[in-house]
Amino acid sequence: MKKAKSSSTTSARSRSSQDGSARGPAKRSTKPKTMEWELRLYVAGNTPNSIAAFSNLQQICEKHMGGRYRIEIIDLFDNPQLARGDQIVAVPTLVRRLPTPIKKIIGDLSNTERVLVGLDLKPARSLAARR
Amino acid sequence: MKNDGNPRIKTSTKHLHAQEYVQKTPTGTEGLDEITRGGIPTGRNTLVCGGAGSGKTLFAMKYLLCGAIEYGEPGLCISFEENAEELTQNMASLGFNLAELEKKKMLAIDHVQIARHEFEETGEYDLSGLFVRIEHGIRSIGAKRLVLDTIEVLFTGLPNEAIVRSELRRLFRWLKEQGVTTMITAETGPGGTLTRHGLEEYVADCVILLDHRVSEQVSTRRLRVVKYRGSPHGTNEFPFLLDESGLSVVPITSVGLTHQASTERVSSGIPGLDRMLGGKGFFRSSSILISGTAGTGKSSFAAHFANAAAERGERCLYFAFEESPSQILRNMRSVGLDLERWMDRGLLRIEASRPTSTGLEGHLARMHRDVSAFKPAIVVIDPITNLVSVGDSPAVKSMLTRLIDFLKLHNITAMFTNLTVKGMVEETSVGISSLMDTWILLREMDILVRDISASAPERQRAIHLLKSRGMAHSRKMEPFEITDNGIHMLLLDGRESRMPQATESRWARKKAR
Repeated sequence: MKKAKSSSTTSARSRSSQDGSARGPAKRSTKPKTMEWELRLYVAGNTPNSIAAFSNLQQICEKHMGGRYRIEIIDLFDNPQLARGDQIVAVPTLVRRLPTPIKKIIGDLSNTERVLVGLDLKPARSLAARR
Repeated sequence: MKNDGNPRIKTSTKHLHAQEYVQKTPTGTEGLDEITRGGIPTGRNTLVCGGAGSGKTLFAMKYLLCGAIEYGEPGLCISFEENAEELTQNMASLGFNLAELEKKKMLAIDHVQIARHEFEETGEYDLSGLFVRIEHGIRSIGAKRLVLDTIEVLFTGLPNEAIVRSELRRLFRWLKEQGVTTMITAETGPGGTLTRHGLEEYVADCVILLDHRVSEQVSTRRLRVVKYRGSPHGTNEFPFLLDESGLSVVPITSVGLTHQASTERVSSGIPGLDRMLGGKGFFRSSSILISGTAGTGKSSFAAHFANAAAERGERCLYFAFEESPSQILRNMRSVGLDLERWMDRGLLRIEASRPTSTGLEGHLARMHRDVSAFKPAIVVIDPITNLVSVGDSPAVKSMLTRLIDFLKLHNITAMFTNLTVKGMVEETSVGISSLMDTWILLREMDILVRDISASAPERQRAIHLLKSRGMAHSRKMEPFEITDNGIHMLLLDGRESRMPQATESRWARKKAR
């Protein structure tokens, strides 16, 4: 488990923009100019799934969202009380908080196609046609 | 091993040895703790399965509330179906204030919501999020008790069943290390399987099955302990009751013939009848059956019995299956018995209900609960015949056996009335007479009155003691009548009767034949 961090939802969010240098898939964010995408990635510890999810997410964001996104990583081991708000059961879970409506994607985000559909970056029928 | 502290599990000393191995946590469901000899296994996982509406959630909540209120053990409820508001409302209808307990940190509710349509699935994941939530919940209040209701929602909520299975296996193992006693609810599957998704394979320490059956339009709830590792337990099906006071189980089949026979006598309330019963009345804690055709005065006998008990200062519980309390009071006032004063003083309670309102087991459970609460010295069931209409004879007999065993164990004298068909009085008593210690028959017979000018011919009522175990009793048919001042034995009460001559002469003639 990582070092304990007592923080509420708001402070966790505000802090996340500052300590980008910390560790592996730690709290990190890209500085937005026009914030279009607000994403939260819930993980539980530094597991292979968490690391894979984070790197997959970064790639997808860079490619499809330009600089208009912000990723917030929440480690539930540090902030267990945050699991309740977004109804997190499985980890990793990616939550698209903006634009609304809220979308959730669970798993290590290895299937780019599905992530794009889940984020509404691609129409669902493109996936349905393949199935 | 002594177990004086817990009166619920002192019924059998033979099994107490087994309790040394498995520590138990009381569930707060009356009766279940008796069947399981102490409750569910402490620090382990217990599975509660049942169909829709079988009372699983209530059962689990009662377990948490019992811990929080009676044992000072905080409880955490991970609810997958109902949210905190719904649970709070539902439990408020049973008189529990969940919000208050939450404020006191004796209870925490976490509503876990999983809807399949809300998310996309891409690749590997695990359920650590759930683990974290459970752990956080346990830590935040120091929970000793945990409920997962109904965890099977995960199977429908998450697309990858293989992951759910392996994660549940991990969860149940992990829970055992958390020092909490867990109750997991699950829905029974089709074809008689215990759970729809085979949870019983992982949660194997204790399995309790709740059943809700409808037979001939009457529903009956039953509970069975299917499995209990490392502990003996009652294996029968036990009826249980869901009502405004929650849930209670009737473990009557576990009683058996171990009661002490009393030599104390109680008056029947009718001096003449007492004289027939060896001059002293019934034995205390015996069972008495009064059979008779319609209008022979069965209820009046029962009312005298109840009245006499109240006069001695004993409590009497009167189960009426035919008349409302006010009807009984009115009718008994007409034969000179004022029962209302006893009700006012809390010595008499009349519980009236229709026999068809619930199944036999339901009646049994209700009577069990009422008797336990009111603690009467005398119980009257008037009439038992109507219960026959909701069950077949073997079922009625088995229910009566359990009821009588229970009453005897608590030193309660019970009087049952039974309506019989004219001409086959002794046959129509559904084979229940063997359960009875005393059997009284009330009859009506046509009497020829010699002196027509004095009185019109009328039917004469007579009482006959068919049997009374353990005492020398009268074998005579004794005529009686019901007057404004109650029941009077014409020959035994020593008063001037209206027509002793006629009655006597009839017996004389019969003898001569």
